[in-house]
Amino acid sequence: MIEDKFLTRRELAGFIIAIVALAIAAMLPVLNTGYILSLGVTIAMYTVLSTSWALFSGPTHYISLATAAFFGLGMYVVGSGIEVLPFPILAIIATCAGAVLAFLIGVATLRLSGIYFVIFTLGLAEFIRQIVTWVQTTMGTSSGLYVLINIEEKTIYWRLLCLAAFVYLIGWGINRSRLGFALRIIGNDEEVAKHSGINVALVKVLLFMISGSIAALTGALLAPRWTYIEPTIAFSPMLSFLVVIMALVGGAQRLWGPILGVIPFALVWDLITAQFPNQTALMLGIAFLLVVYAIPNGIGGQGAKYWAKFKHWRDFRVT
Amino acid sequence: MSPNLALSVHNVTKNFGGLTAVDQITFDVMEHDVVGLIGPNGSGKTTMLNVISGMLRSSSGKIKLYGRNIARHSANRIARQGISRTFQLVRTLPTMTVAENIAAGGVFSYRRYWGKELNRRIRYMLSHVGLSDKAEMPVAALTYIDQKRVELARALMADPKVLLLDEWLAGLNPSEMKIGINLIRGLRYEGRTIIIVEHHMDAIRSLCDRCVVMNSGVKIAEGNPQAVLNEPEVIRAYLGEENA
Amino acid sequence: MDIIIIGVLLGGAYALMAMGLQLQYGVARIMNLASGEVLVAGSFAAFWFFTGANYSPIYSIFFVAPVAFGLNWLIYKIFMRPLVKRAKSEGQLEVDSILSTFGQSFILVGLMLAIFGGKYFNYSYLERPFDILGQAYELNRIVAFLFSITLCIVLYVWLNRTRVGLTLRAVSVNPEAAGLVGIDVPNAAALAFALGGAVTAAGGALLSMFLTFDASVGVIFTMKALVIVIMGGVRDIRGTILVAFILGLLETGVATLIDPGLTLASAYLLFILTLIVRPEGIFGKRSK
Repeated sequence: MIEDKFLTRRELAGFIIAIVALAIAAMLPVLNTGYILSLGVTIAMYTVLSTSWALFSGPTHYISLATAAFFGLGMYVVGSGIEVLPFPILAIIATCAGAVLAFLIGVATLRLSGIYFVIFTLGLAEFIRQIVTWVQTTMGTSSGLYVLINIEEKTIYWRLLCLAAFVYLIGWGINRSRLGFALRIIGNDEEVAKHSGINVALVKVLLFMISGSIAALTGALLAPRWTYIEPTIAFSPMLSFLVVIMALVGGAQRLWGPILGVIPFALVWDLITAQFPNQTALMLGIAFLLVVYAIPNGIGGQGAKYWAKFKHWRDFRVT
Repeated sequence: MSPNLALSVHNVTKNFGGLTAVDQITFDVMEHDVVGLIGPNGSGKTTMLNVISGMLRSSSGKIKLYGRNIARHSANRIARQGISRTFQLVRTLPTMTVAENIAAGGVFSYRRYWGKELNRRIRYMLSHVGLSDKAEMPVAALTYIDQKRVELARALMADPKVLLLDEWLAGLNPSEMKIGINLIRGLRYEGRTIIIVEHHMDAIRSLCDRCVVMNSGVKIAEGNPQAVLNEPEVIRAYLGEENA
Repeated sequence: MDIIIIGVLLGGAYALMAMGLQLQYGVARIMNLASGEVLVAGSFAAFWFFTGANYSPIYSIFFVAPVAFGLNWLIYKIFMRPLVKRAKSEGQLEVDSILSTFGQSFILVGLMLAIFGGKYFNYSYLERPFDILGQAYELNRIVAFLFSITLCIVLYVWLNRTRVGLTLRAVSVNPEAAGLVGIDVPNAAALAFALGGAVTAAGGALLSMFLTFDASVGVIFTMKALVIVIMGGVRDIRGTILVAFILGLLETGVATLIDPGLTLASAYLLFILTLIVRPEGIFGKRSK
């Protein structure tokens, strides 16, 4: 049957675990405000980005490489408006801008086959980066923007944690709503979905807008971390790839999957960029192949499989 | 009491490039009628059905559901207006359970159930098609006839004004065929309006009030199944020239 | 006038590179996102031959293409074939092959970075002026163009006039039906994939004669090749060649008239317009 209780016992347990984990994570700035906090910010950022990426790409199987475009957009909204408007308003504008961009991309590509979407998003950040650079250089100002606002790193960290909690709530809400059910049907068979009355294109665009606006908001929240932002930082294509691979390593089919990829991957990535800065591409490549050939459902999927086996074994032993 | 006109197809044509798969077809379906759409392979009956359900867009012509034009609408809009269908090759949602598969038909369509009401409807539909004990099974684990049952139940969840069955009986063995025919006969007694595309002539004879016969995209006969199937042109279409 | 000639010269090399991808996607059904890296590997090989052994880049093609053919054959057999086998639907194969070729592209970038480092490379070969209609152009561009076009024509004729070419075209139209009439589809796909890789690498060797390149520039070429293939229409070689020239002209025009930093942006704009107006490509047939 379709779950119709407001909260099942499992969900309640999940909520309690999530709140405890969030409380522990929120303590981090009290213990350390240096290197570990900065790593914490990175992990929180990728958790938000990967989880919101998976909200859209998990059920639809569309691989979006547009994260950097949204992220950079959010950053630039803050960067260009910081002297005129207060930060919270800019954050709201960034979120809306992300939604609008997602809408435009979605309308242009999501009615076509998945391959167009991947190709389109692959170069999108680069496209926007070139345009922004060109606009900035021809308008005569410098190639970057100053974000002169005094926000401490721990504040950024707490804001990101709140956003992460919000993303999980949205994800949970979607999963139990008609929208989530529609997505599962679309992921199984689009033709059946259409004939069951689902406006497939609308659902996809809507989900992509949610995912895109969260990425833009993340960019906006992180803008104060750099005092000077440049197109190459804001629209770094590597960001999109990292978000995808972290979500896939963790498992994009489950709400709690991506974070299982984000934490180990971010730690290893940090180590590699420090120790072997030239080998990051190689590591990313190996991770991609690993996801395709060894753990197609990610750590989360693999874990769930072993858990099911264990349960089967336990039940079998008792009876 | 004069019967209502449920679906009217008027001069509908569908071209694929240079090929005309459906050519100026016109027919009416009255409320509570079961109409068979028959014809030899490649005669355009499934294309006709696909045009009605919105899977394909007609090239020209009008299709009206209780007087409202639905021609060239998208499939999801047509579904919401109250047309449900099954597919020639059974299409279930493989990663979902039987109950979820059935639910899929009644959440976004002509009927839009959710929550407790949805579960009540699922339970009713499960027992209706005889799958009550398999509700929580993954649909991929079902036998062929049971998957067909799931598909039928999914289509019925919307409580459609018109139900389209595309060779729903194809691929069943003789004993399953009996079960299948009985299921559809049950729907007929409920008063459902149904269009059936079918090859199995016994099924057509025993289920349909009326028949539309197509050949090479054109309607060649229409009327009572028994009479229509004896018309020389129909026999010629099925068996070839010399048998007429 | 200047723009037109330089644009056409650039378009020739683009045509070759897009043909490579076209073979891989059209016949073997693998959207190879490592295509740009294969191209850059070809460039590095030509560079290496020229600076190390003073071999002409033109001759190096005769080495680069067979090696690329062999390596791509292996890549297909080891990485792609298992994906084709396990795919339950075309959509799944698409996702898997995108992720896998992404992985391969990053590994290639990593290897090239490890071997050659992150510097920019170029070399001067045939940097002599050559007059066309009273204007001087670099000879290396012209030679590269002539070779690209010759290769394209040979490939086109081969596909349309030989038995093996017919086999590949049959597989590209319908792999299942091709299998039913006795074509060894897995081998045909491997052949097309390997051939596509060889053509791409040869294109890289030719491009290296007049372009500056580095280990991580491949993704730009992948993008351009993808845009050309989609715009020209999948499985349509005439479209591919035509769009390659359009793109060459557009990029040269934008670079000289507006800003050299906007070349990819202009390619992109073209792509967006195609997606909105004619997603099936310029010559592509409208299906459904």
